Amino acid sequence: MDNLPAALLNLSLTGYVVGAVAGLLFLRAEKLANVFTFACASLASLCGVVSSVMALVTGAAAANQSVQLLPSLIPYIQFTIRVDPLSAFFLLIVSLLGFALSTYSLGYAKGFFGRKNVGLLGAFFNALLLATVLTFVADNIWLFLIAWELMALTAYCLVSFDHEEPETRKAGVLYFIMSHIDAGCVILGFLLLFQASGDYSFASLHDIGAQMSSGKRDAAFLLFLIGFGIKAGIVPLHIWLPVAHPVAPSNVSALMSGVIIKTGIYGLTRVLFDFLGTPPLWWGVTVLTVGTISAVLGVLYALMEHDLKRLLAYHSIENIGIILMGLGAALMFLNTGHTVLAALALIAGLYHTINHASFKGLLFLGAGAVLHATHTRNMEEMGGLIKRMPQTAFFFLIGAVAISALPPLNGFVSEWLTYQALLQGFGTTDSLMRLIFPLSGAMLALTGALAAACFVKAFGITFLAQPRSKHAEQAHEVSASMRFGMGVLTAACVVLGLFPTQFVQLLDPLTQQLTGQQISAQLSLANGLVLTSLTEKSGTVSTLGISLMFVCLLPIPFGLWLVFARNSKTRRGPTWDCGQRGLTPQMEYTATGFSKPIRMIFKALFRPRRDVQREYEFSPYFATTIRFESHVEEVFERRIYQPLQILILRVSRQIRALQAGSIHAYLLYIFVTLLLLLLVFAR
Amino acid sequence: MNLDLPSILAQTASLLLMAPLLSGLIKNWKAKLQNRRGPRIWQPYFDVAKFLRKDMVISEHASWIFSATPYVVFLTALSAGLMVPMITARAPMSLFGGALALVGLLALGRFFLALGGLDPASAFGGMGSSREMTLSAIAEPAMMLAIFTVAIAAGSTNLSQIVLASQGPHWKFLDPSHALAFAAMFIVLLAETGRIPVDNPATHLELTMIHEAMLLEYSGRYLALIEWGASIKQLVLISLLANIFFPVGLAAEATPVAFGLGLLFFAAKLVVLAGAVVLVETTNAKLRLFRVPDLLSAAFILATLALVSTFLF
Repeated sequence: MDNLPAALLNLSLTGYVVGAVAGLLFLRAEKLANVFTFACASLASLCGVVSSVMALVTGAAAANQSVQLLPSLIPYIQFTIRVDPLSAFFLLIVSLLGFALSTYSLGYAKGFFGRKNVGLLGAFFNALLLATVLTFVADNIWLFLIAWELMALTAYCLVSFDHEEPETRKAGVLYFIMSHIDAGCVILGFLLLFQASGDYSFASLHDIGAQMSSGKRDAAFLLFLIGFGIKAGIVPLHIWLPVAHPVAPSNVSALMSGVIIKTGIYGLTRVLFDFLGTPPLWWGVTVLTVGTISAVLGVLYALMEHDLKRLLAYHSIENIGIILMGLGAALMFLNTGHTVLAALALIAGLYHTINHASFKGLLFLGAGAVLHATHTRNMEEMGGLIKRMPQTAFFFLIGAVAISALPPLNGFVSEWLTYQALLQGFGTTDSLMRLIFPLSGAMLALTGALAAACFVKAFGITFLAQPRSKHAEQAHEVSASMRFGMGVLTAACVVLGLFPTQFVQLLDPLTQQLTGQQISAQLSLANGLVLTSLTEKSGTVSTLGISLMFVCLLPIPFGLWLVFARNSKTRRGPTWDCGQRGLTPQMEYTATGFSKPIRMIFKALFRPRRDVQREYEFSPYFATTIRFESHVEEVFERRIYQPLQILILRVSRQIRALQAGSIHAYLLYIFVTLLLLLLVFAR
Repeated sequence: MNLDLPSILAQTASLLLMAPLLSGLIKNWKAKLQNRRGPRIWQPYFDVAKFLRKDMVISEHASWIFSATPYVVFLTALSAGLMVPMITARAPMSLFGGALALVGLLALGRFFLALGGLDPASAFGGMGSSREMTLSAIAEPAMMLAIFTVAIAAGSTNLSQIVLASQGPHWKFLDPSHALAFAAMFIVLLAETGRIPVDNPATHLELTMIHEAMLLEYSGRYLALIEWGASIKQLVLISLLANIFFPVGLAAEATPVAFGLGLLFFAAKLVVLAGAVVLVETTNAKLRLFRVPDLLSAAFILATLALVSTFLF
């Protein structure tokens, strides 16, 4: 069976189509729609997982063939797909997450029964997965752009699913505008590439940068960086992300944060490593700098949030930044000809890509479960959920530890690889530019530590202590299918964390394709127990070993209990309340309070504003009511986007004069344009 | 890969046994410098033993996180300790992780400690967690940059390799980059171990507490475990500083004489560094919370200078 991966992929695509059509057929029968659409999606994505793993294991040759998906009726527009290692890797990400999300949705969508149309949700969900898969496997500019647009449109429909809320409609429109700016940039970029190649197939674009003039190449780089950067959510093009991701249904938020923004990463990797040839130094420096800035600012803004899903959305910006740090370093190494190091940095970036998909997907599903149970996204109204939703709390905790880059889970492994790539980058050049490596490493450390602070807040305020509202008090554990979906991603976080050397073997064909090096053997030591950074001398780590160490050292405290504490008793008592009569939830630390020191320390960035209104009868110290408001300035919205918006509106008002509504004027415009074109081109 | 079981056991034992002694030494000397008699240097052992025997009261609001935290704090500090060279240059578990894993393990301990502070629903615990996570976040880049400086010089993030590389004729303490990195690391050490310009380990006023505020609800054997873990963490960080920047007198061969000598040198280095900590603690006042970032950014600048000076010299 040579073509099993391809057959499975076709099966998977068919599954999504069937799911989407079924959703539309069962618009009136919500229970049927729920079961049918999400079952189709989970089976389809399971096929996708198997197909992509097989494609990666069997290596480049077997799967690396162009397949015609549909007969093309129009010349140039070929519907061809090809699963090369890079596509296979991203196919694995989307399918893995798709599987977890679809099973989760089986339970989650029940919350919409009688309220919203589940058939529509399922149809769009399948269509979005289909479009994303097509984006990853398209082998032709046309198919890629069609899939890209289909993805943007279906995602728009899903973001606006709760369109009764004005906030959601606004978010949807913003997402729509931004994704079309990005599509515009990507189309322009591909036009530049097409100009050099004369062919639309991706195969003809390989290394096309070598045939382009450096000016066009740089222009293409910038267009792709902006276009794909908007999709990925890099700072300062991120403004749509924290607005659009939270308002979507949580399964869709997870899909968007886990996979859809990764299409930007896929696009950048494809274009920069496959198409544009050996990069100039400043490309790598730009990508690395943009990544570093996105990482730090993303996490800082996340800390200011007390809306659980917005907080997670800001963390997506942070993690995209970390991924770009790996990719940027890889570009710099390619420039200096250090292909082995480039492979290491690329592995770091792509490893973080799949890690982020798994833990961010998990966290969004956890947030969805919390939202399902408490009907609020506001962390200040949660608390104590660990007792009411113990399994969800456990899953969320694993996700929080993983995203905070703490050993022994997967976030730690990919950040460790990123650190190693950055550190070894210091020796690759003599120019002052090499300082960028350790400095961005230090910023990565800041990011990691701030992320830990943020997730102490997110987990601590949401799940620990006393419930802060009636809703939180009456919360209940979510259904089995939702817990299963979270469990799948939890397992992914643990496996990717404990078995890194086995996983990087899957990436060998990929680095072979993009950098010409296979380094998984060099990264593995002691039968794969220990992960190295290329050599044993330059650095080693073993997450599995660390976990085993924990297990082996655990008898020490238990031994101490046996020796000393045999007669000691444990009893439950109230928390110390300074002699007051009992603690109330109002006395607990709040999410806003938790991040106050950070807000004060970085006040130059946040420009916090607070507004306190007190009403009192005798003395201001005995207030009858207090109203407290605290705001953080959204720097990018106010300093960049608002002036830009005002400018655009002003210019359009001027242009409006041209559009007078008179058909004679329009005929005149057409005539003048035609004349001008003839003068310019008809020689 | 062969595990050197005796050295693992020896290092585990010395981590467990020396950590309280170091804490006791610092407490005793601090008292002496303040014209007090102070507790005996053995006092921390008695404290741990006493806490272990006591009954525990656990808050009725607390969840299993509260009970898991002491184990995590203790085990992470201990595992981090097994990656640091102490008496010989080769740390027993150095293959399982180097400087980055050490920082990660300590961060894992802190993560859980902060959760443990939030769990009993007390405002003090939340305050402690918030401050601890904030300050550690600001200390982290300085610490990493200082580590990077030595790691780049040694071409490795593995602590044993770093020590081996800087041993012998290659030892260059007078090298500006090393000296500056040491200064940065020392400031970070003060912050990470909750020492005076940053936090006051002896305070009884909840509003000024950072580390202690997170422990307010802990009692009995859990408290013993956390306190012990904290002192192990302090030992780990001090020996990290001692052996990275002063890699002299480490046992080169596996003979009792060499080990004895190595132990002697190691103890001497610890005593000198502990003395430095005591001096800083007695001659400085605790900084206001929002002045601490200034101190830590000074550490960051020192570490950056350390890095830049690798160019110049």
